Amino acid sequence: MGVEGIGARVVRKEDKRFITGKGRYVDDIKLTGMTHAYFVRSPHAHAKVKGIDSSAALKMPGVVAVLTGKQLVDDKVGNLICGWAITSKDGSPMKMGAWPAMAPETVRFVGQAVAVVIAESKNLARDAAEAVVVDYEELPAVADMQAAIKAGAPQLHPEAPGNQVYDWVIGDESATDAAFAKAANVVKLDVTNNRLAPNAMEPRAAIADYDAAEEHFTLYTTSQNPHVARLVLSAFYNIAPEHKLRVIAPDVGGGFGSKIFIYPEEMVALWASKKVGRPVKWTGDRTEAFLTDAHGRDHITHAEMAFDANNKITGLKVKTYANFGAYMSLFSSSVPTYLYATLLSGQYNIPAIHAEVIGVYTNTTPVDAYRGAGRPEASYLIERLMETAARQLNVDPAQLRRTNFITQFPHQTPVIMAYDTGDFNASLDAAMKAIDYAGFPARKAKAKADGKLRGIGVSCYIEACGIAPSKAVGSLGAGVGLWESAEVRVNPVGTIEILTGSHSHGQGHETTFCQLVADRLGVPISQVSIVHGDTDKVQFGMGTYGSRSAAVGLTAILKAMEKMESKAKKIAAHALEASEADIVIENGEFKVTGTDKAIAFPMVALAAYTAHNLPEGMEPGLKESAFYDPTNFTFPAGAYICELEVDPGTGKTSFVNFVAADDFGRLINPMIVEGQVHGGLVQGIGQALLEHAIYDANGQPVTASFMDYAMPRADDVPSFNLSHTTTLCPGNPLGIKGCGEAGAIGASAAVINAITDAIGKNNLEMPATPDRVWRTIHAA
Amino acid sequence: MYQTTYHRASSVYEAASLFAKGSESKFLAGGQTLLPVMKQRLAGPSDVIDLGRIKELQGVDLSGDTLTIKAATTYYDIMTNADVKQAIPAIAYLTSVLGDPAVRYRGTIGGSIANNDPAADFPAALLALGATVKTNKRSIAADDFFQGLFTTALEDGEIITAVSFPVPAKAGYEKMRHPASRFALTGVFVAQTKSGEVRVAATGASQTGVMRVGAIEAALKANWSPSAIDSVSISASGLLADIHGTAEYRANLVKVMAQRAVAAAG
Repeated sequence: MGVEGIGARVVRKEDKRFITGKGRYVDDIKLTGMTHAYFVRSPHAHAKVKGIDSSAALKMPGVVAVLTGKQLVDDKVGNLICGWAITSKDGSPMKMGAWPAMAPETVRFVGQAVAVVIAESKNLARDAAEAVVVDYEELPAVADMQAAIKAGAPQLHPEAPGNQVYDWVIGDESATDAAFAKAANVVKLDVTNNRLAPNAMEPRAAIADYDAAEEHFTLYTTSQNPHVARLVLSAFYNIAPEHKLRVIAPDVGGGFGSKIFIYPEEMVALWASKKVGRPVKWTGDRTEAFLTDAHGRDHITHAEMAFDANNKITGLKVKTYANFGAYMSLFSSSVPTYLYATLLSGQYNIPAIHAEVIGVYTNTTPVDAYRGAGRPEASYLIERLMETAARQLNVDPAQLRRTNFITQFPHQTPVIMAYDTGDFNASLDAAMKAIDYAGFPARKAKAKADGKLRGIGVSCYIEACGIAPSKAVGSLGAGVGLWESAEVRVNPVGTIEILTGSHSHGQGHETTFCQLVADRLGVPISQVSIVHGDTDKVQFGMGTYGSRSAAVGLTAILKAMEKMESKAKKIAAHALEASEADIVIENGEFKVTGTDKAIAFPMVALAAYTAHNLPEGMEPGLKESAFYDPTNFTFPAGAYICELEVDPGTGKTSFVNFVAADDFGRLINPMIVEGQVHGGLVQGIGQALLEHAIYDANGQPVTASFMDYAMPRADDVPSFNLSHTTTLCPGNPLGIKGCGEAGAIGASAAVINAITDAIGKNNLEMPATPDRVWRTIHAA
Repeated sequence: MYQTTYHRASSVYEAASLFAKGSESKFLAGGQTLLPVMKQRLAGPSDVIDLGRIKELQGVDLSGDTLTIKAATTYYDIMTNADVKQAIPAIAYLTSVLGDPAVRYRGTIGGSIANNDPAADFPAALLALGATVKTNKRSIAADDFFQGLFTTALEDGEIITAVSFPVPAKAGYEKMRHPASRFALTGVFVAQTKSGEVRVAATGASQTGVMRVGAIEAALKANWSPSAIDSVSISASGLLADIHGTAEYRANLVKVMAQRAVAAAG
């Protein structure tokens, strides 16, 4: 334990460099002889590329090369892949069209690259890109999901007739139908889960450096998972074998899922670097981020919930259309299936569930995992359904939830997930107490007297994190395992380096991971450093997404620590002439229990490396590694309650209070956890009130800048009231569940439930802009 | 950004002559519109003439019943100026809700009205207060100055030097912020002159830019109170519509913001 151990609110080690401008991001890196790439992108949502005339561009100052999609094909560079195979209900594999990194023949969304200019500066490359003449033959485009599945709609890929990628089902249809046949009440709801643009603060960037003598590539890139990037670039894209490709993800300024995927630009930069024989840098701008970073969400769902006469849920039917955009991004196929429909039981006992998910191509930016990835869509749907049911059945929304809470664990849902532990009543109790739920009617009456419409909204979310047991995801079609690795290197002077396959791009690993070491050894965190984000330094690892870095990544570190400590105890026992079983670790010393005999940890380390007096047969050195594969997902859960006021004159929402009672299992650093919750809540509120990536009917993006796409600002959100009700996760030794996505998963429903309560009308889609709320209030 | 030549003028006279020498010159005031537009390559002026350091374009003067704000005075300097706060507090308030601190430290009144963005705040103040725009060539009444979206009475190369406001009996401004850009989704400035005339101007609402709202002026002339506007009907016809506000919503906002501006004016 101690002031820097598990549970301590340790100030983040990494913040000194971030807040003094000393962070080292990809764009900060400058290599000798470096050139700059600028992509020529399609202005059309759907068109044939009939020809590309680069002759004028090639004559412009500073231009090194102009490369096109046809040259990519000629060089046999592979198409982008989707790494999770989904099988349709008729047994057929999902139907995918090819996605070349630069389009040789057809463009299918605005912003798709068709060529790249390599020049001596970014500005010169941009000048020349404007001189590249692309002869397009425009084709009819379809951006709306419901229009895309209609007969006669423009077709994107010949491989996917009707623009349908898959028609997938989960659950027991006949048991669900039987439940509905006997239902006392049925509640129906149509919801849209709005498309979002992720907008990490740092745009994507890449520097590719090809060494012809060694036939070796180095790629600096904005990645959440550099090893996965290397694997995919090597195994599928024919860039270079793994041992000839080093991927470095240095400081990365936010990801939210959007930097999991391998995008065309990184591939093209690598290929171009070899072509021109010089390093190639590409740094996206904000417009390119809006056009090409994988978007999130974008579902249309019809759902029905059956209740018995005691208001117990007896069945749930869901039909969802998921918009994938123009191509299948790396993990896109899993998001509306195994990351969404498997959470449709929410916190509730639901005996029968059946869900059908239809994946649809449209002429829009590809859609993939974005903070929460499927789970926000599931939680929003279930919590909107519960609120709708409470209104329809005329019961208190909190009470209806309690009536249906799962209270016995483990609990096997009808949709694969087996919840290991939780206490849903405890988190709801905590949230209701924090917001003074009982006092709400009086506050609502007072607000009414002041001309304001006040509402309260509950959202009880559950999610599956700690992604994920490799065997389980493998059986569901995943192309990779989802374990994590760690290595503990003790230096001869006793300082410690932790090499982790997790990657920090804002999460604070450089602090929290050190806290585990401090907790176990009693050494200050200043003696520990975290090494991550470089495939040449760190053993293969799976990276950071799905709130997995503490539950999986830190557990891997724990396993490696245990191995290292075991060896260190043997060395200490030998030095102290004691039995290994009597050695305990306290305050940086290895002690013989019950005596004053002790040896400081640095002396143990030195002994390991001098190797003058080691136990018989022991190898020198003090370095251990571990690979940890979880046995189950973890299940963070909680209750969020939002109280707000709507101005009937303008439809504008103002928060009065927002309480979040989360169960994340054990917290390593509560301050960092609170930061994660704050950020997640703001993203959830952003989805509920502000954010929406919109296309017009022809596939032209309407929201490609911050002038049109409304990102939440500090004054859009309240000061949050956070608390924790803890049940330790039984699935990992630290009892950790994960906290990175919860806020984004649970917040949206609380907000919409509160607004619809305030205005007394249940039908309201996200984002609940003032205009939309005002029109809903005044609709006939 | 395309290649351009930057000039820092030290006087209005020098600025005007530099402008005339360039093939496609642009004046730069606070740069809150021109620079983003240049960075996006939506404008490529041959020469940029910076007016921001010209001393004769800085400052505020209160003389009798006339408040004069020189053109290159920043929003921050207007917001914090004692004469502005005393003479026309509604202008101090307008600048305090204009953009964010970074914008307020850079943006200028002259830049705002020369650009005449249909959602900018200051055009509403000028129109409602019956201000006069002073240039290096002439004086132009606000009613004549604003001529549609991004269009003004300014001739090529003409430089705004100051804006003179008659100090009103009462004035107020309220706006609904655009959720993304934070410009006015719709803002309304109401004013009652010392002679009893009522002028009301709305920004962010009309497809033709800042506009007078005659129906509300008539209602307030009869009875200066928020409730006087209750029965006024604003047509959505000709109003702006985008993803953040339908024309009907903006018509509603014209009325609601006018009521709140009257309440704020007292």
